[in-house]
Amino acid sequence: MNDNLMPVIACHECDLLQREVQLPRGGTAYCRRCGGILYRDSPDSLDRTLAFSLAAAILFLLANTFPIIGIELQGNRSAVNLFGAVYSIWNQEMKLISLLVLVTTILVPAFELAMMIYLLLPLKFQEMPPGTALILRILQSMKPWGMVEIFMLGVLVALVKLSHDFIIIPGVALWSFGGLTLMLAAVASSFNARDLWGNLERESGTGVSE
Amino acid sequence: MSAKEVTAAELGLCSCHVCALVSRPLQTAGPSHCSRCGSVLYFRKPAGVARSWALLIAAYILYVPANLMPIMATGSLTSYRVDTILSGVVYLWETGSWVISAIVFTASIMIPLMKLISLTLLLISVQRNSSWHPEQRTRLYRLVDLVGRWSMLDIYVVTLLAALVQLKSLAVVKAGPGAVAFGAVVVLTMLAAIYFDPRLIWDPLRKERQL
Repeated sequence: MNDNLMPVIACHECDLLQREVQLPRGGTAYCRRCGGILYRDSPDSLDRTLAFSLAAAILFLLANTFPIIGIELQGNRSAVNLFGAVYSIWNQEMKLISLLVLVTTILVPAFELAMMIYLLLPLKFQEMPPGTALILRILQSMKPWGMVEIFMLGVLVALVKLSHDFIIIPGVALWSFGGLTLMLAAVASSFNARDLWGNLERESGTGVSE
Repeated sequence: MSAKEVTAAELGLCSCHVCALVSRPLQTAGPSHCSRCGSVLYFRKPAGVARSWALLIAAYILYVPANLMPIMATGSLTSYRVDTILSGVVYLWETGSWVISAIVFTASIMIPLMKLISLTLLLISVQRNSSWHPEQRTRLYRLVDLVGRWSMLDIYVVTLLAALVQLKSLAVVKAGPGAVAFGAVVVLTMLAAIYFDPRLIWDPLRKERQL
C-alpha cells in the first residue's frame, strides 16, 4: 500500500484518476490516457516568478508611458502610446474595440502583475497574504485574456503596413513591449500555482484525503 | 500501479477546477465547495454544451458581417480604399509583404474558420455520445484553446493604424464596423471553447464499459 502515500489527481481533460508521482527537477507529469499535462515541477518557482514579475512590472510602466510608434509624412508627425490609441479609438465611436483593447492589453496584464507581486512578495518572507485562494482563482480565469504577445505581433504588422507610406519613428515603448512580452512569457512558464496550493494546505491544515 | 482505468466521476469524486484537489462533494442540496480553495465543485462544467452552442451560434452569425463589412478605411491625398479582412490580406500580398500577409491570413481567416468548424465537430460528437478517437478530439480541443486568442491580431493592427494615422488632410485611417463584428467573433469563440468541457469527450467510454 505504498502507493497510498502519494495523493491522487484527476486529469482536467479526461478525468482519469491517477496517483501522483515524484517528478525530477523541471519534469512534467502527463496523463496516462489522453496525454494532457497534469502538473509540472518548476525549480525555484517562487524566486524566479517574483523576479520576472518585478522586471515585467517596470517594463509595463515604460511600455505604457512612452509612444510605441511615430510616423512622419511631409513634415507632419503623429505618435501614440497604448492608452492614447485606446482613447483615440473610443473617440472614433469604436467603443467596443476600444474596451477590448483596454482590457486585453492594459487592465488584465496590470492586474495579473500586481496580484503576482502581492502574492509572491510576502511569501518570500514566509507569510501568506490574505485572500490568496480568491486571487489564484481570479488569476486562473483571467489567464486567456491577457494578450500582450499578440499585441506585440500586431505592432509589428502595423509597422510593416505603415512603412509603405510613412517614415517610421520607433518609440521607447516599442522596445519595452518586446521586453514585456518576453518577461510575461517567463512569468507564465515559471509560475506554478500548485506550489502555492501546497503552501496554503500546510497553512490551513486541510488534508488531501477525505 | 494497476492498469484499470477509472475516472474521478465514476467514484463520485470531484476534481477542483482551480486547485485540482480531488474530494468528495457533500451530499446536500446546493453547490459544494472545495475544502482547500473554496471554489464551487462540479463533475462537469455546468450546462457546458448548451452554453458552448449558444456562444458558437452567435459567433457564426457575426462571422458574416465580420467578413463582409469593412474593417478599415484608408484615405490619403491620392487614394481612398476600404478593406475587408480578406481584401486586406490580398492587398498585403500584392504589395509584396508576403510574410505579413501569411501571418494575417493565418490569424484572421484560417484560425477563426478552424475554430468554428472544430468546436462544431466537438459539440456534435459529444452530444451523440461518440467514442470516436477521443485522444484525437482532445488534441483538437487543446489546439483550439491554444491558438484561438491569436485571431485578435487584426483588432490590434486596426486600432494602432486608426489611432496613429490621423494626419488631417494628408492621410487618415478609420476602423470599420467589420472590426467590431470580428472582435465579437474572437471573444465569443474563446468563451465557447472555455465553456466546453473536454472530459465529455471521454465519458461515453465509461458508459460502454459499464454495459
